Amino acid sequence: MKHLLSTEDLSLANAIRILDTAEEMSAVGEREVKKLPALRGRTVVNLFFEDSTRTRISFEAAAKRLSADVINFAAKGSSVSKGESLKDTAQTLSAMGADAVVIRHWASGAPYRLAATDWIEAAVINAGDGTHEHPTQALLDAFTMRRHWARLSGTGSEGTDLKGMRVAIAGDVLHSRVARSNVWLLRTLGAEVTLVAPPTLLPVGVEKWPCSVSYDLDQTLANGVDAVMMLRVQGERMNASFFPSTREYSRRWGFDNNRLRALDDLGLTDTIIMHPGPMNRGLEISAAAADSPRSTVLAQVRNGVSVRMAALYLLLSGDTREPATHRAPAYAAAAPTKESN
Amino acid sequence: MAGNTGTYLIQGAAILGGDPADLLVRDGIIAEIGSGLSADGATVIDATGLVALPGMVDVHTHLREPGREDAETVETGTRAAALGGYTAVHAMANSTPVADTAGVVEQVYTLGRAAGWVDVRPVGAVTVGLAGEQLAELGAMADSRAAVRMFSDDGICVHDPVLMRRALEYVKAFDGVVAQHAQEPRLTAGAQMNEGDVSAVLGLAGWPAVAEESIIARDVLLAQHVGSRLHVCHVSTAGSVDIIRWAKERGIDVTAEVTPHHLLLTDDLVRSYDPVFKVNPPLRTDADVQALRAGLADGTIDVVGTDHAPHPSEHKECEWAQAAMGMTGLETALSVVQHAMIETGLMTWADFARVTSTAAARIGRLNDQGRPIEAGEPANLILVDPAARWTVDPFQMATMGRNSPFKGRELPGKVVATFYKGHATVLDGALNSPHPDAAATPAGVA
Repeated sequence: MKHLLSTEDLSLANAIRILDTAEEMSAVGEREVKKLPALRGRTVVNLFFEDSTRTRISFEAAAKRLSADVINFAAKGSSVSKGESLKDTAQTLSAMGADAVVIRHWASGAPYRLAATDWIEAAVINAGDGTHEHPTQALLDAFTMRRHWARLSGTGSEGTDLKGMRVAIAGDVLHSRVARSNVWLLRTLGAEVTLVAPPTLLPVGVEKWPCSVSYDLDQTLANGVDAVMMLRVQGERMNASFFPSTREYSRRWGFDNNRLRALDDLGLTDTIIMHPGPMNRGLEISAAAADSPRSTVLAQVRNGVSVRMAALYLLLSGDTREPATHRAPAYAAAAPTKESN
Repeated sequence: MAGNTGTYLIQGAAILGGDPADLLVRDGIIAEIGSGLSADGATVIDATGLVALPGMVDVHTHLREPGREDAETVETGTRAAALGGYTAVHAMANSTPVADTAGVVEQVYTLGRAAGWVDVRPVGAVTVGLAGEQLAELGAMADSRAAVRMFSDDGICVHDPVLMRRALEYVKAFDGVVAQHAQEPRLTAGAQMNEGDVSAVLGLAGWPAVAEESIIARDVLLAQHVGSRLHVCHVSTAGSVDIIRWAKERGIDVTAEVTPHHLLLTDDLVRSYDPVFKVNPPLRTDADVQALRAGLADGTIDVVGTDHAPHPSEHKECEWAQAAMGMTGLETALSVVQHAMIETGLMTWADFARVTSTAAARIGRLNDQGRPIEAGEPANLILVDPAARWTVDPFQMATMGRNSPFKGRELPGKVVATFYKGHATVLDGALNSPHPDAAATPAGVA
């Protein structure tokens, strides 16, 4: 692993290795001195072309707990806003000796450009690119689910996957990098995923994804589910006729109080409610659901630091060997063949 | 003024891929065709193993001048055209200023004459400034020295149905044709790539096939209603081929074009996020590629147009969403079409001549281009080595654009010589010299 760009091409072995390493890292977070010397003298640049305080401080905390030097580069108000290209920015960071670049960008694929070109040698971590992927979010979600799933089966989570776990992801899948990264990673880890959304907010081509698709959240809950992940609905979707009104959206696809009660009525006592944040309380998730004991929202935030520590550690500690286990074949086999020559 | 183009004796060329014959080129025309020809003082070219074809005519070229001389000039673009086997190109109107007046089209025409590598036929804009609001002075451009017959807002769709209707009707007055860039703008706002399986995974805003097909469907019905001639630029989807086939069956006067890259490349290449594969219309699926090949072979699609679109490197060395759309094509078109159509057995070299020359000249109303290879005809000819293989290197090209999506690919076929009005602009696969008449004409004077 030289870069962490997506979960689509993350092997099962590497996914498990990141999650297991994150378990070790989380132990550091429990200590009074929350710091390891592992990346002392290494420089991590948080290159953010899009505002995201939550993700940025999570990566910053992760890097600092590993004793790395952290440089935060926010594109707004910088040379980028004066027209500097990604290429020049990357070459500048390279000249300054960045060892890892954590990039958040509004354009899908921007981290791929950094990784594929000779603009910069550093390890690249995708911290969310456009509507493409957000791999560390999916890893922290998987970490959270794995702990829950292991606890239910009475085992430790080290080395385990998510086989048999039923996960519903509900909301704006079309524009969601979180949904994409989760679909691929959960597929790799063996979970059964159902996407729930209005048809307008599902991409054309979703039928080829390794998951089920439903337009009916109630039916999905009734079919049985172990984790429900609610996606944030962006306000700007309102003006583009993706759905008629926020109230209708909330009634049909929001996790409201009725659906919270329905989990109890259905006997789904161990089902967790997840949200990547920031939440629109009252829109895609009710306050009661967000604050209920089922909610893992704060655990996800906490686990995010551990997962990002693991990613930085594995990419920068020099151990870039591929573990022996094969890549999960399910989606690779279904991928379209490449154009000849 | 055709007496100073020299005399060439081409020996043993397979005309349109047929039996070998000798061609004597003199005074700008094909003087004689036969076997065992000789001529005193002629430059002899051994064309054993080479195919003789009519000089290619591109219905769709972006020469970028005036305005973006950092991307291409008429000089560099027409050098690339000659090397690619072209003897005529249609220069699209989206320059800066837009070619929407007699003055601008005459400027481009004059630059083409001065360069002397190929006929440069300016395309006039349909609407003022490509803004889609008001017809440009189409008649003035038609009557100018550039004698414009093709009008297009290429890059932008004439999406207002009333304006499109009026344009189709109006150009009948001077036997013009409207070349439509079929792209419904509302369905493609912010679109980045073909909408389908790959865009779903990549999270790039989708460019649905229906955005192209719905405009073509509307336009063929408009053309039928007003009895006008319509040309459809760069058809890219299987559905578009079906609609055009249907229109032709009904006798509607529509012609269509496909680019070399849409005959070979698919949207799978976008997985790299390398903007060299970003183009308008976007690369589609393999099913579309196969339908386009079939449509070109059966005559539903009339011509190959390169949509040669050079860009400076900074417009491609960036994020996908930031990158300019377009690919170079003049110097790879022949090879790509040979690879996609001839090596697959879908077409012969005679078919190749039809789709790259004869039909293109007819659409653009170029009387001296796309002619049969016969004695007495203008000597717009190329010699092609079909057995050659070469690896595409954008840095070895004459175009200023380095944005070739075929970079690194091995392709068949090489243009060995290009004769433009009897003069060898290309010899031994390299640029020779521009047409002497053109060179004698100072820039700015026609």
